[in-house]
Amino acid sequence: MSANTQPGIDHQGAHPLDDLIRTDRIPHIWCPGCGTGTAFSSCLTAIKATGIPYNQFTMVSGIGCSGRAAGYIKIDSFHTTHGRAIPFASGIKMARPDLNVIVFSGDGDLFAIGGNHFIHAARRNMDMTVICVNNLIYGMTGGQVAATTPSKAKTTTTPFGNPDAPFNLPLMAYAAGASYVARWTILHVRDLTNAINEALLKKGFSFIEVLAPCPVNYGRRNKQKSLDTLRLYREKTIIRNGADPARADIDFGRGVILGTFIDRDRDTCDELYDATCRRNED
Amino acid sequence: MAFWRQPLDTQEIHITKGLVTIIEDRCKGCGYCIEFCPTHMLAFSDRFNKKGYHPPQTSRPDDCVNCHYCEIICPEFAIYSVEAP
Amino acid sequence: MKPAVRTGNHYITGDVACAEGAIAAGCRFFGAYPITPATEVAEHMAERLPDVGGTFIQMEDEIAAMASILGAAWTGVKTMTATSGPGFSLMMENLGLGVCTETPCVIVNVQRTGPSTGLPTQTGQGDMMQARWGSHGDYELIAIAPSSPQDCFYHTILAFNLSEKYRVPVLVMADEIVGHMSEKVVIPDAREITLVSRPRPKGRKDRFRLYQPGPDGVAPMPAIGEGYNVHVTGLTHDERGYPVMTPEAQEEMMTRLKGKIRNNLDDIIRTEEYRMEDADIVIVSYGISVRTGLTAVDEARRLGYKVGLFRLITVWPFPEERIHAIAARVKGLITVEINLGQVHYEVERCAHGQAATYLVGDAGGKIIHPDKVVSLIQEVFQP
Repeated sequence: MSANTQPGIDHQGAHPLDDLIRTDRIPHIWCPGCGTGTAFSSCLTAIKATGIPYNQFTMVSGIGCSGRAAGYIKIDSFHTTHGRAIPFASGIKMARPDLNVIVFSGDGDLFAIGGNHFIHAARRNMDMTVICVNNLIYGMTGGQVAATTPSKAKTTTTPFGNPDAPFNLPLMAYAAGASYVARWTILHVRDLTNAINEALLKKGFSFIEVLAPCPVNYGRRNKQKSLDTLRLYREKTIIRNGADPARADIDFGRGVILGTFIDRDRDTCDELYDATCRRNED
Repeated sequence: MAFWRQPLDTQEIHITKGLVTIIEDRCKGCGYCIEFCPTHMLAFSDRFNKKGYHPPQTSRPDDCVNCHYCEIICPEFAIYSVEAP
Repeated sequence: MKPAVRTGNHYITGDVACAEGAIAAGCRFFGAYPITPATEVAEHMAERLPDVGGTFIQMEDEIAAMASILGAAWTGVKTMTATSGPGFSLMMENLGLGVCTETPCVIVNVQRTGPSTGLPTQTGQGDMMQARWGSHGDYELIAIAPSSPQDCFYHTILAFNLSEKYRVPVLVMADEIVGHMSEKVVIPDAREITLVSRPRPKGRKDRFRLYQPGPDGVAPMPAIGEGYNVHVTGLTHDERGYPVMTPEAQEEMMTRLKGKIRNNLDDIIRTEEYRMEDADIVIVSYGISVRTGLTAVDEARRLGYKVGLFRLITVWPFPEERIHAIAARVKGLITVEINLGQVHYEVERCAHGQAATYLVGDAGGKIIHPDKVVSLIQEVFQP
């Protein structure tokens, strides 16, 4: 039996998400085992599940591996400068508050070079969904230490181990004022999809951290194949919705908390602007 | 003699059957679908796709319960399942 | 809603005139970050925009302010920011994104003296080369230099019109004196103001190609949500807007990005002449220094020198051919600018040895006194 005629093998391809991806750009650039693809796919499924017409969404990415996501989604999408996805998206949101704005980017982009923008968008409760693929490393540049790299981890710029402590992203998002904060891994992809769906429908600044393996530039130097990383996600995570984000630091030795940490309501930036600044005069 | 009670509706519960489709040339061989399929009905094939990876194949196609897990964990949009006719 | 155009005679600063010009031009989004001497532009926009259906947001820094106006521009609105030297430096990153993605927007730089924090906040014209080359890579953009509050009004409208027409960021290179000085500003009736809007796509959405240029080299620009499903990237891209990592794609993109400006110089470049008819000495200037030049021309003429003034309204793209032609028929070209030589070297390049070139510059902090120009004329020329 030749490959072409074997049952269950479809060389034409009609994946259920094909209507949301730029199929002419597939395969994407992400390495085998990279978690970005799963996080991206999950995001597309979540968009689909909202039932909202696709052209009412827009996606903005920064720079880095996950920053390429904007180039694969078949809606109006923007691949901007390093760290600047959130302020670019803020401009879109404030000029067109009816649009559903998604920022899809990486930990280096959103929390090192773009950290200031992140906290201010959260403070203003800018009505957008920020999805951070956290692979604990700068992947695209070849594996340098990030603001999320665990202490002692080996990277190309911490050859003796990382001397610094990483950020606790859910805690930062909460402290800065986010309306919705969740963390999942790509292994928990059903929960992740539900969380993204909730976040898309949630009014206000929503933040979802997605733990994802970088087998080439993190795993390789820290003796972790991508399947090992996923097994770690299975064995060393604790699902605890409503957990205190202060306890959300990533320590696989102790166990990493997953779930929805925060889900609260607060007026959004555009609502407050309208209410405060637009004077109704006859 | 069993120590557990037989659920009363066992006979009525219908387990869905699924049919897996693999878009071989999109696959990069990460093995996630194979490793995490709850019924372990996928395995690496011996074939190479055009990028040089071994895509999965359905080793026990009748075991598919159409749970879609392979579809949603696949980073490559390379596998999906539909309900078997 | 309040009227967008405040027709009438006003006594306002250049900064406020920039803001009024922007609103008259149809600007409905302003991304701000405070910095003297440009803050008043933001303050005025904060007050005015909500009343005309626009949106003002003060961002966390100038990087974000610049990013926000690019994002907003893709929703179909006209957008602006205003800053001064240190903030201008921070905007350079996303200015490049604006050029690469062909996003229309206007950036007002009310220049002060640098480098770094410099002499806050006294006047300067030291950002002219940064305006031209400040973002990395090779590119073309448009920069306009107002010399008065009245100019600030009209030149901001001009900046929007050029920005929309050519889908390129346009810089309004004012300076502290122009920005803070109050003068009479006449705002005409709205019907007398010509406005230009970006070219818009027609035809089938599924066949739309984001960077397929029209006859003038400029591609129509859709807005988010219209169903064109565009991908916009700062990577080198092809006509579809898709990243293509080849030298060939780079050459094609650069040829068009530069071409849409270089092939339309006659439409873009604006200059003014004063007493140039018989002049054999020509002062070249722009911005606030034009006012030094005007007085110097009259003073030198009184002393018997045939002096004229060539004013650059558009500094970038540089009026190379005009300067070359002027240099062919005069003895000398004197550039007056509040720096120690920036546009002067452009004048020297374009004069191409046909006429002597001189600089009357200043390290910054004050307007150049006309006597300094007249002294130079007396020193090197015979009446």
